[in-house]
Amino acid sequence: MAKYLLLKHYRGAPAPVNDIPMDQWTPDEVEAHFQFMRDFAARLEGSGELVDSQALSPEGVWVRYDGEGRPPATDGPFAETKDLVAGWMVIDVDSHERAIELAGELSAAPGAGGEPIHEWLEVRPFLAAPPTVTE
Amino acid sequence: MTVDDAELRELVPQVLSVLVRRGADFATAEDAVQEALIRAVPAWEGALPSDPKGWLITVAWRAFIDAARSDAARRDREVRFDTVPPTGVAPSADDTLHLYFLCAHPDLTPSSAVVLTLRAVGGLTTRQIAQAYLVPESTMAQRISRAKRTVGRSGLDRPGDVRTVMRVLYLIFNEGYSGDVDLAAEAIRLARQLASSLNDPEVHGLLALMLLHHARRRSRTRSDGRIVPLGEQDRSQWDHALITEAITILQAALACDRLGEYQAQAAIAALHADATSVEDTDWVQIVEWYDELLQFADTPIVRLNRAVAVGEANGAAAGLAALAQVDEHIPRRDAVAAHLHEKNGDLELAARLYADAARNAPNLAERDHQMRQAARLNQTLQHHP
Repeated sequence: MAKYLLLKHYRGAPAPVNDIPMDQWTPDEVEAHFQFMRDFAARLEGSGELVDSQALSPEGVWVRYDGEGRPPATDGPFAETKDLVAGWMVIDVDSHERAIELAGELSAAPGAGGEPIHEWLEVRPFLAAPPTVTE
Repeated sequence: MTVDDAELRELVPQVLSVLVRRGADFATAEDAVQEALIRAVPAWEGALPSDPKGWLITVAWRAFIDAARSDAARRDREVRFDTVPPTGVAPSADDTLHLYFLCAHPDLTPSSAVVLTLRAVGGLTTRQIAQAYLVPESTMAQRISRAKRTVGRSGLDRPGDVRTVMRVLYLIFNEGYSGDVDLAAEAIRLARQLASSLNDPEVHGLLALMLLHHARRRSRTRSDGRIVPLGEQDRSQWDHALITEAITILQAALACDRLGEYQAQAAIAALHADATSVEDTDWVQIVEWYDELLQFADTPIVRLNRAVAVGEANGAAAGLAALAQVDEHIPRRDAVAAHLHEKNGDLELAARLYADAARNAPNLAERDHQMRQAARLNQTLQHHP
């Protein structure tokens, strides 16, 4: 088994095909989307492939060490930051192909007009612990 | 086992206080009580001991002696506790009370006080607490043992005050339900226990407040986690027996004429619980109670909720005027603004604010709820621009 991160972006991903913001969808379309997301997570849990699923607030700040005896320096939030992570799903699957397959299914979540959003999701393999046998 | 889990855990603070009173150090005694609880499960499988509390005290004391001996051996030191004192000492209510105060020690952070209370007073296992707070068990084990060390180091002579105890219980209550432990129910159990041994009207106010919120719990979310706003809740689903009990407790507390923030909050919750609909609610009196509450807790959250009540009592424009005095950066302000603007007939602004509220929502259920509101209004605007 190998773990993969399916990363969803508020910004920074190429534009999806069905790019209408959610507050402009009809209430039924919004509901269908929420239901799809719940069903997707439930299905992965059922198949034993779901590790974790979290959403992040879009509000964040940059922080760095600012020298001995000084409070940390903070900056932002930057409205113009190119990349903004919205949330993730961690899956534990048999193969890279399976990870790609699942990301494809998740990207088909319905949006405006009930049509798939075709949202771009980033798939990143975890760097795992070294295996017992290496040769 | 024929004794139910809650009954068993009812005994935990009593057993622990006996050990502490016999001179056991808090941290080791607490471990010993947990050990006794674990042993009770198989031992009581067939039949309950005639005196469950005495049984737990004996077993916990032995576990403590064992721990103290091995500890002493390791440190090459005399064993201080080598005889088992007679059992059957009835711990007084004051002993249990002392434990609450100990767990609200001023040196503890709020989160440490919360987990220590759940373990030492509530008798929950580390695993249950970890599950409830969605952190790894090893992390929770560390948090608990650090908290115990802090209490042990600072001495048992400087326990926290009743304000802190109440805040701790309210924090536990607010964490609600996740995992297999119902923290809200546990907080109520602990608040009942506290109220039974402390004649402070604020403690009774806190208990009433918890009961009133708890009575409405089932109707506040759907099975899929979806939020049901107050106006749409099925009030026949509210637990009216619990509401009646809470109102009786609250009235007795208010009769003491020593008002505080929990009694004021409970009074507001009671007025909601008393009404058959949002329209039927006595909003004027609710606003008055918010004004009382501000005397004790002038926070932006209280002012925000007051603005909602003013909007119902005196109209949307008055609500918006009250909202104008609330700090712009607090959670849920956009949601309240959206609601008041919608009520005021400014649908376009309201729709935009609902979308903002969704973006800044503090949790997923709230985010989805605000997004539904934005979509609903935008659809109305498309059909009737």
